[in-house]
Amino acid sequence: MTDPRANDPATISAEGAPDEPGGTPVGTGRSSDETTGDANIADAAGIADAADAQNGGYLLEAIDIVKRFGDFTANDGVSLKLRPGRIHALLGENGAGKSTLVKIIYGALQPTAGSLRWQGGRVSVANPAAARRLGIGMVFQHFSLFEALSAVENIALAMPGPFDLAALGERVTRVSAQYGLPLEPGALVADLSVGERQRIEIVRCLLQEPRLLIMDEPTAVLTPQEADQLFVTLRRLAGEGCAVLYISHRLEEVKQLCHEATILRLGRVVANVDPETETAASLARLMVGADVHEVSTEAHASDGPVMLSVSGLSLPSAGPFGVALRSVSLDVRAGEIVAIAGVAGNGQSELFEALSGERLAPARDAISIAGAPCGTAGVTARRRLGAAFVPEERLGHSAVPGFVLSDNVLLTRHASDRAMVGGGFVSQLETRAVAKRVGGRFDVRTSRENPEASALSGGNLQKFVVGRELDRDPRIVVVNQPTWGVDAGAAALVRQALVDMARAGAAVLAISQDLDEIFEIADRVAVISRGELSEAYPARDIDRERVGLLMAGAHETGESAGRAPPPEARA
Amino acid sequence: MRLALERRPEQSRTMTVVSPLIAIAITVLVGAIVFSARGLDPLHALYVYFVEPVMTLWSLEELAVKTAPLVLIGVGLAVCFRANLWNIGAEGQFTAGALAGAAIPIMFPEWQSPAALPLMLVAGVLGGIAWAAVPAFLRNRFGVNEILTSLMLVYVAQYLLDWLVRGPWRDPDGYNFPESANFEGWHALPTFGDGRVHLGAVFAVVAVVVLFVFMSRTLKGFEIRVSGEAPRAGGFGGFSRPRTVWFCFALSGGLAGLAGLCEVTGPVGQLQPIISPGYGFTAIIVAFLGRLNPIVVLLAGIVLGISYLGGEAAQIELGVSDKIAQAFQGLLLFLILACDTLIRYRIRIGRRETAVATDA
Ligand SMILES: Nc1ncnc2c1ncn2[C@@H]1O[C@H](COP(=O)(O)OP(=O)(O)OP(=O)(O)O)[C@@H](O)[C@H]1O
Ligand SMILES: [Mg+2]
Repeated sequence: MTDPRANDPATISAEGAPDEPGGTPVGTGRSSDETTGDANIADAAGIADAADAQNGGYLLEAIDIVKRFGDFTANDGVSLKLRPGRIHALLGENGAGKSTLVKIIYGALQPTAGSLRWQGGRVSVANPAAARRLGIGMVFQHFSLFEALSAVENIALAMPGPFDLAALGERVTRVSAQYGLPLEPGALVADLSVGERQRIEIVRCLLQEPRLLIMDEPTAVLTPQEADQLFVTLRRLAGEGCAVLYISHRLEEVKQLCHEATILRLGRVVANVDPETETAASLARLMVGADVHEVSTEAHASDGPVMLSVSGLSLPSAGPFGVALRSVSLDVRAGEIVAIAGVAGNGQSELFEALSGERLAPARDAISIAGAPCGTAGVTARRRLGAAFVPEERLGHSAVPGFVLSDNVLLTRHASDRAMVGGGFVSQLETRAVAKRVGGRFDVRTSRENPEASALSGGNLQKFVVGRELDRDPRIVVVNQPTWGVDAGAAALVRQALVDMARAGAAVLAISQDLDEIFEIADRVAVISRGELSEAYPARDIDRERVGLLMAGAHETGESAGRAPPPEARA
Repeated sequence: MRLALERRPEQSRTMTVVSPLIAIAITVLVGAIVFSARGLDPLHALYVYFVEPVMTLWSLEELAVKTAPLVLIGVGLAVCFRANLWNIGAEGQFTAGALAGAAIPIMFPEWQSPAALPLMLVAGVLGGIAWAAVPAFLRNRFGVNEILTSLMLVYVAQYLLDWLVRGPWRDPDGYNFPESANFEGWHALPTFGDGRVHLGAVFAVVAVVVLFVFMSRTLKGFEIRVSGEAPRAGGFGGFSRPRTVWFCFALSGGLAGLAGLCEVTGPVGQLQPIISPGYGFTAIIVAFLGRLNPIVVLLAGIVLGISYLGGEAAQIELGVSDKIAQAFQGLLLFLILACDTLIRYRIRIGRRETAVATDA
């Protein structure tokens, strides 16, 4: 057998990294050596196979992985080596093939060619259950939860063997509290925000006590505080000897957290680097192969007419774990971007649905769009008034996963684009043309012409659903988490597009948990907390600290102020 | 050696086509085993059952008679199932349509006019819609599961029919048989050929073509598909789920009602306590075998039409019970659903997972 590393550039720098005393077969060379003990004992058992004697203490090696979808190559000879106790970043722009690679490691996809080694022994991971038996846990970029079941029921489904729900519920509460990811075991998933759903996925993995934890963009929907807590968790897991493979578009956090980084571009490994010695900009450059441009904007006060107006909107919560909106008032003027900051699960989704018309307001004049009262009008009527909406959940809410992109264009534009539907008949010529135009304008990269939405990488689908709405030239844009899971280059593209929309006279309302994003694009900032919305302050007059206080409920009129994670807040 | 199911990254298009063929093949195979277990020559028995029915002109016409209601009901159900709505009470809507349409000739036997037949057709459709409206209303208003309500209403319709033909609607000149008077003149459907094939066959073909275009080309068809695939996205697209529920039940109920009316004014020619060999239930199999695609439903209708004819032929020539047809149909549905697993999963034959082996 030839040594696969011989012709594999991916591993060279990993082995020669400054803090590594060469690729010694025993020990990982990490300064805090408490971690490597058992891993090496386990290795010793695996080394029985003579060919593995030179395995350098790797927990998992992916060797020359190739994955083709039809004639599109998503992974083209990718090699990756992970050691116990190390947090390894996998970076790359949208569609670079990161999710594809980790799905192969987790057995959710089978490689076209290439092999996997676990502790030096060759393995084929037929399915996720086999991966879990090996000790691999994964948090997917798109959730795999059943909405009709509770958090603990969802967790139980992934557990091997019989289980006792009550006992499991207690374990969930304990483990989630222990790792600082509070979770209400009985909460129905359908009622939870994406951030809370994310926590279920993470806790589900932690319960399996994995030896390799794969996280595909876990922080995309977490608040800074939640993310910090997650980092503590991950560092602790690494300290316990667990290997972590970490995918993120937030380069700052990668620098903070990760020991090693592998960078993919167009399905190939382009570099293995030490993230601490790189800057966010140099990482971005490696990913994109060019400099990333900055969003050009300057916060300014708009005196255009009020295009979107909410006054005294109250809505009871839709389910036991939802959030009630309490007397929300807000004006968005033509030409400005108003951003709503807040911790996930504080009423953002509820506010979005009330604005889009998916849930109707009790009174007609609670919401006005372009001066027309429409609180009791549905989503189609609001679109006809010139409003466009982008929800946070891409698959199943803003797009139908199993439908091709042109059909997904039809989904939200059938009423507002006259050319799309004539006499009840759909013009596929038109829907395809629009899908193509959106793809071009917003740089949506697909593996073939007009694919199904589910075949797009997360970031590309996000560019598509944002682009689909902006392409209409709406007068009002309401967008929830505009750059969730979008790479640095694409995030800049989406943000610039929102800024340009506003400068061209549209009223833009962006709901976001990303304070960097908010301060990058917003003219005015309001904060939502437990269903109450603060006044909108000019972005120039407010700083992060003040926003942080407001997120903790400083403006609330309700009796129990003080920051608390959402599930407790609602108990 | 072991068999394992492995999830495919994408649904297999090939398997969408191949899986029902596999199901049919296994059904035939099981048929052969059953026949030989009864001491019959399996090849001859299969020939009698599946091939003979399509060998003569007479039996082809008979096939069209059996296929028409199956297709008419099946296309409606295909649309309904696409929307993820489970109307399994088509048999009841069929009966209700037959009753509503037959009310006209029974109550006004003297009224022979060219207007009578169209009016009966309309009444038949409305009868089916009315019967289907009940589960639709209960679902929209109270969230009641439509599977149970639509199924239970089948028995209500059948008992209503039974009571009517034994009581108020019994033919006064019929020697006390539980039957209505025969429908004649403008009260009977025009027929073709030898006088068995009737207008229902034309309706079936028209329904297939119209619904094919409807589902694939119109906005309303799109709305139904979205509503079934991703209801939340449907709501975001501005489509109302309750409206889809109404629409799908009205459509499938109306077509079932039309089929029922055609059956009693065509081949049956009067009301009897039993007017259907279970067309409404068999049409569920037709819809699934037809991949919920109207054009394929037409082919599937023919396959199940053959199973009815074969059942009759087998009873006469081979002396087996005519229940054999139902057994085959049930088996076929079971196998279609089982084989559909192959669309999302592939079968892997191999040694036990190597993944586990390294742990040892
Ligand atoms: N099932 C599929 N069929 C066809 N093409 C696919 C499929 N899944 C992914 N692809 C393509 O493979 C490429 C890589 O996708 P992948 O999801 O791995 O990207 P990613 O690096 O995770 O991107 P992101 O940061 O946007 O999540 C994309 O161009 C995508 O369109
Ligand atoms: Mg991805």
